[in-house]
Amino acid sequence: MALDGAGWHPAAWRAPQARPRDLLTAGYWADLVTEAERGLLDFVTFEDALGLQSSRFTEPDDRTDQVRGRLDAVLIAARVAPLTRHIGLVPTVVTTHTEPFHISKAIATLDYVSTGRAGLRVQVSARQSEAAHFGRRTFPPLRIEDLDTPEVRELTAELFEEAADHVEAVRRLWDSWEDDAEIRDTSTGRFVDRDKLHYVDFEGRHFSVKGPSITPRPPQGQPVVTALAHQSVPFQLVGRSADIGYVTPHDPGHARAISDEIRAAQAAAGRSDEPLHIFGDLVVFLDDDAAAAADRKARLDDLAGYPYTSDAKIFTGSPAQLADLLLQWQQAGLSGFRLRPGVIGHDLPAITRGLVPELQRRGAFRRVYEADTLRGLLGLSRPANRYATV
Amino acid sequence: MSKPLKQIHLAAHFPGVNNTTVWSDPRAGSHIEFSSFAHFARTAERAKFDFLFLAEGLRLREQAGQIYDLDVVGRPDTFTVLSALAAVTERLGLTGTINSTFNEPYEVARQFASLDHLSDGRAAWNVVTSWDAFTGENFRRGGFLPQDQRYSRATEFLATAIELFDSWHGEEIVADQESGIFLKDARAGAFVHEGEHFDIAGQFNVPRSPQGRPVIFQAGDSEEGREFAASTADAIFSRYGTLKEGQEFHADVKRRLARYGRRPEQLLILPAATFVLGDTDAEAQELAREVRRQQVSGATALKHLEFVWNRDLSGYDPDGPLPDIDPDLGEHTIARGRAQVRMYRDPLATARQWRELAAVNNWSIRDLVIETGSRQIFVGSPATVAESINTLVQADAADGFILVPHITPTGLDGFADTVVPLLQERGVFRTAYEGTTLRDHLGLAHPDAAAEPGTGRVAS
Repeated sequence: MALDGAGWHPAAWRAPQARPRDLLTAGYWADLVTEAERGLLDFVTFEDALGLQSSRFTEPDDRTDQVRGRLDAVLIAARVAPLTRHIGLVPTVVTTHTEPFHISKAIATLDYVSTGRAGLRVQVSARQSEAAHFGRRTFPPLRIEDLDTPEVRELTAELFEEAADHVEAVRRLWDSWEDDAEIRDTSTGRFVDRDKLHYVDFEGRHFSVKGPSITPRPPQGQPVVTALAHQSVPFQLVGRSADIGYVTPHDPGHARAISDEIRAAQAAAGRSDEPLHIFGDLVVFLDDDAAAAADRKARLDDLAGYPYTSDAKIFTGSPAQLADLLLQWQQAGLSGFRLRPGVIGHDLPAITRGLVPELQRRGAFRRVYEADTLRGLLGLSRPANRYATV
Repeated sequence: MSKPLKQIHLAAHFPGVNNTTVWSDPRAGSHIEFSSFAHFARTAERAKFDFLFLAEGLRLREQAGQIYDLDVVGRPDTFTVLSALAAVTERLGLTGTINSTFNEPYEVARQFASLDHLSDGRAAWNVVTSWDAFTGENFRRGGFLPQDQRYSRATEFLATAIELFDSWHGEEIVADQESGIFLKDARAGAFVHEGEHFDIAGQFNVPRSPQGRPVIFQAGDSEEGREFAASTADAIFSRYGTLKEGQEFHADVKRRLARYGRRPEQLLILPAATFVLGDTDAEAQELAREVRRQQVSGATALKHLEFVWNRDLSGYDPDGPLPDIDPDLGEHTIARGRAQVRMYRDPLATARQWRELAAVNNWSIRDLVIETGSRQIFVGSPATVAESINTLVQADAADGFILVPHITPTGLDGFADTVVPLLQERGVFRTAYEGTTLRDHLGLAHPDAAAEPGTGRVAS
């Protein structure tokens, strides 16, 4: 489940079930995540960015008719962690402008406060406007029609290379404490066994990180790393660094092609024997019948003043129809789905109370939470520490 | 007519990573599990404390080239744990120490503004500086900042963050479903800052939080630090918890306020204070002696002597006499990631003085470190401790205290159960939270009140 503001449709906040004045309150987010947990979902993601939302691809738009303003995703995830018990919490983190050291300890701490339910979704930012919020680097102006120019290709490659370095540094820092480093040996007075604390000595093109982390290895060992990917460069990042890739196919054939490309990247990175989930992203408008869902979307489009389009396929229909689609796409190599509710107030409960029972009837979805950690829910074992000498 | 009684402010410092914390005690719990933080915060809230305080250090300490292993090692991310604590408390202020050197204003401002939203107005920021290349090795820019620029960067960092907090005024979000107007002003959050350390512009993306800005703490003690506090801070986390030193510091800092158009009650002085309670004063004194011995093992004593000697003393017997050799006066290399070593400005004189003290008293190395080290500020029965706290506050040695227990996470429980009721009986400490925000607890005006006439607050 992907949570963002009032929902993914730009006019979602104007729907009757929306709570547009509550978007900056803890209660709003607690209600959403509690509802998702009621539906036994694996995890929720929290969107974020280091700039104001915009309907334009790269730059601010000065619109006043859509949701603007948001809270830090890691802090929202931490705020709801003590109020939930099973559901995974996956905030978005922008790798381009943040410190791997800070991100590593933040997600490790999210794992502590949620007792093993943390992940992160890494995202790059090529936006000139966001770089100007930090003043440490400058990017060229970027228009969506420039995406295929050599300059933009080079920038994209560089940002994803940096994201991979960021993830590598973060992962090493999570492992920089062995699990049994804290010994509390009163006979020698030593609190830790320093032979079990490790410098990570990461050296990359954009940064180096010495380590060890100030935060001990988190409960899951390695919290779950995820990324949204639309094309080859980010597919490489998923293949090389992630536990889950979110992808945006438009039909089963497309899903198969994407899946194949990611599996090839995974093999090239030497990770063929590691589990790597590929989740299909879908925007969903769910109602009792397809016409009602399509009508609802059309009414929102009217309110927005333009038809909403998305990088992901937009589904309008009934829970049974969505269940058909998910099961069909699953055959094309997808191991799960990240659903983006068109209107959170409407489509989140439609998923948890409509889609989930439908999938359960078909034997395709859990009836109870079978694990206490996010890795456990995803079928990922707790990994060995790269620095441990057994 | 006597002057009215001052109301005492109390805060709880989660036990830290120096030898104040006695991890070897059988009662000592985890320093990293959230349950420890939740217990500590709930105790503080049960006792109606103003806030909880978290320190921070961005690199594990080293001594003689090795990670220092005698004290607690490891702690969580400040923002993340404070946000989680907002879920298990309702009124307690949440104060986090965040470095102004290895962060950027846009990110820190949005984290504090988010925390303030998610806690309904309970966030505070203890602004600290560092400059050392040792810590910098964990960050993108390395040791980029010369020592003499650390306050200049911190001052500009805070000023920039305040510009970001103030870039939204609180009225912009209309969210009118009928008219379709979400935002009243398309340029909400717009900012431009051009300065020596930061040259940034754009739109801040977190709307105005309940407190307007988080409460600002400052902890440095240098001339520059005091001036920084007088110009901008709401509270000082000070190290002077005794009567005379406290009064001097209190007077010095409050005197500086006038030149910034500020009044004395706009800056609170809150020293850190350790304490040991017993049923009787004599029992507490005995317990305090035991705690000091627990805090300074033989191994710890040698390490602390190295702070002054600046050389490897591992060959010495902590139960034997002090070293004959003199301190190494070269660049301080033995202990890294510690502010403490800068306190010894004349190591030769300190060494000479300590040798004399040890000779006169027949002290071993360990005895000397225990006896010359800091003593608990408050030792005694609950009645004695309540009396001491109240006396110091009424005498303007402090406006309250940030209590530092030595046991995690239950070290505050006894204080909450025995001392707090006595202070409440005297009418100098709240029996219930009167307001909802940390500003309310501390008696600080909302920043927007500055614009209103008649509040008495001077606009800056």
